[in-house]
Amino acid sequence: MTQTATRPRVALFVTCLVDLQRPTIGFAAIKLLEASGCDVEVPRAQTCCGQPAYNSGDRATAAAIVREYIDAFAGYDYVVVPSGSCGGMLRTHMPHLFEDDPNTLKRAEALAAKTYELVSFLTDIRGMTKVDASYTGTVTYHDSCAGLRELGIKDQPRELLASVAGLTLVEMKEPEICCGFGGTFCVKYPEISTRMVSDKTADIVATGADTLLAGDLGCLLNMAGRLSREGSAIKVRHIAEVLAGMTGDQPAIGESRG
Amino acid sequence: MLSTSSEFKANAHHAMADVGLQKAMARTRPQGPAKRAAAVAGLPEFEELRDIGRDIKNHALANLDFYLETWEANVLKSGGHVHWCSTADDARDAVLKICQAAGARTVTKGKSMISEELAINDHLEAHGIQPIETDLGEYILQIRNEPPSHIIGPAFHLNREDWEESFRKVHTQLDPNRVFAERADIQAEARMLLREKFLAADVGITGANFLIAETGSSVIVTNEGNGDLTQTIPRVHIVLASIEKCVPTLEDAMSLLRLLARSATGQDFSVYTTFSTGGKRPGDLDGPEEYHVVVIDNGRTAMIGSEFQDMLRCIRCAACMNHCPVYQTVGGHTYGWVYPGPMGAVLTPALIGVDKAGHLPNASTFCGKCESVCPVKIPLPSLMRHWREREFERHLQPKGVRSNLALWAWLVQRPQLYRLTTRIAARALALFGGKKGRFSKMPLASGWTDGRDMPAPEGDTFFARYASQQRSAK
Repeated sequence: MTQTATRPRVALFVTCLVDLQRPTIGFAAIKLLEASGCDVEVPRAQTCCGQPAYNSGDRATAAAIVREYIDAFAGYDYVVVPSGSCGGMLRTHMPHLFEDDPNTLKRAEALAAKTYELVSFLTDIRGMTKVDASYTGTVTYHDSCAGLRELGIKDQPRELLASVAGLTLVEMKEPEICCGFGGTFCVKYPEISTRMVSDKTADIVATGADTLLAGDLGCLLNMAGRLSREGSAIKVRHIAEVLAGMTGDQPAIGESRG
Repeated sequence: MLSTSSEFKANAHHAMADVGLQKAMARTRPQGPAKRAAAVAGLPEFEELRDIGRDIKNHALANLDFYLETWEANVLKSGGHVHWCSTADDARDAVLKICQAAGARTVTKGKSMISEELAINDHLEAHGIQPIETDLGEYILQIRNEPPSHIIGPAFHLNREDWEESFRKVHTQLDPNRVFAERADIQAEARMLLREKFLAADVGITGANFLIAETGSSVIVTNEGNGDLTQTIPRVHIVLASIEKCVPTLEDAMSLLRLLARSATGQDFSVYTTFSTGGKRPGDLDGPEEYHVVVIDNGRTAMIGSEFQDMLRCIRCAACMNHCPVYQTVGGHTYGWVYPGPMGAVLTPALIGVDKAGHLPNASTFCGKCESVCPVKIPLPSLMRHWREREFERHLQPKGVRSNLALWAWLVQRPQLYRLTTRIAARALALFGGKKGRFSKMPLASGWTDGRDMPAPEGDTFFARYASQQRSAK
């Protein structure tokens, strides 16, 4: 692992879903980032990456939201996000909101260039090749769309999972097909979304895995919700929980607490 | 063609409940991606070729007036005729006039999506001229009076039993006890019956995959050879082409052809690739006496110079819909007009209005698969997002969506208040979720909970827990 003389200052962008639904992912991210030799801070002036507004066609609101984010995060060496979707928004799309505002555009581009999704940051930037964690089980990994196609995250999570003691990875037939979450899509077209996630869960179940992992909480809530509706006992977790060895901290997503 | 795009949700509901459709799609769904992947693997420079294809089309679109005029001059030089039509109405009339001048009673047709856009068959029939679709898929759709559900596999939504039923119903002159054991039997019957139509037709209508400026040629690709019989046997050949089909050179067309079949069917090349340059020349053994090209705008010039110009690069390969998880769930008819899937989600609002087709660019998860396979790298999700921006500007979205978005936007721009609100919400939801850890019903979220559970939050928010950790660490 790369050890620089000075530890980089990393700002964690928690994401609104992790904040509200599953803080464990945020703490797992902090643990992994510290293990990779970073100092981690969590700026308080953060709420959302602006994606719901951006994808609803409301550019002005999206720009207003991320303008505050640019101010709050500009001073760090890196920004890390435990989500390919929010990561894609902040790294790939965000600067486009300021095409008519050259001053902000410059700052937005600079910030976007040092913004990374968690797993790709650990591997591609910090050179992490293994983690100190164990997990007894057979897992399958869903490639969330934005992480895969906007940020090129494919091998990185598999490489780190291979180092988890006791873990066996089995692939789905079509791990790259969208689960049907799609942010506002699942609200606007719930019937189509439900059919898509049902196709996904059929693929997941067919692997025989006892655990489903992915790097995006939105997709995970969708797939976990469908699996539990189908009566499946497959556990669903964010990959950071497994890599950080924190699966004992919380029941799996949507799992009973009894 | 009349649009039911505004009924997208209801269309989708019916499509998902349609056992036959779902059976047909389960069969075709894996084929497109697998065949394309194999073809791409067999051509190491495929990715580079996509950049070349994009650049060729961008250059052609940036200089479209020049290339269209060059193309026209070369068509005229080769003895052909060019009919410029700014609307679908103009184009229908132009086609009708050519047919009437030729004294046409029957017209054979090759597969052409622009002809669906014009609803040319209805127009000809209304004027006593019988159009006959000669592409096998289009032939059965004409029998069944259905529109295509896919731009290269128009009858992908049908099963073999549908074919058999329709053929028995319509081909009553044939032995009712004949056996349709396999696909070849269907093909043989259509071939036999179409042969006499090809020979009897007065006019043949085809589309065009490309118009080539430097030669004045039109190009079609087919796998059945029906296009060649349509354009060489009748006395008059009419080509229907929209303006963006024009490319500068023969070599440009060849580069795009290398992308087209691989992206579409996974073939290296279509079975037949035919170049038409003017009509029959003195000394030619065959070919039409007259060669007409009806060039159609129908809303496309308005896209040039707009954020939607990239869409005009489309070469109609259908890779986007073959790989689209939404299209593969709801089928092509759900989109409600000529062009389905991701390319339709961008093109349809431009041609019939986003007020009518607003669902199409919204019914996408932005998974990005379409853009990743597009042979000319059209940024389809970004263009769909631009349609959503147009909708937002024009207040076309449902009122509830807009007010919820405004409330949320107000809140997320006030981090302190947002923290308090989310903290209360997370704790309340965790409490109500109880030991089960999930909700099977939630007020205001029935769309979600009708088909899946909603996992309950852990309890306190991340920020609340992080703050208390920081405090105790001090």
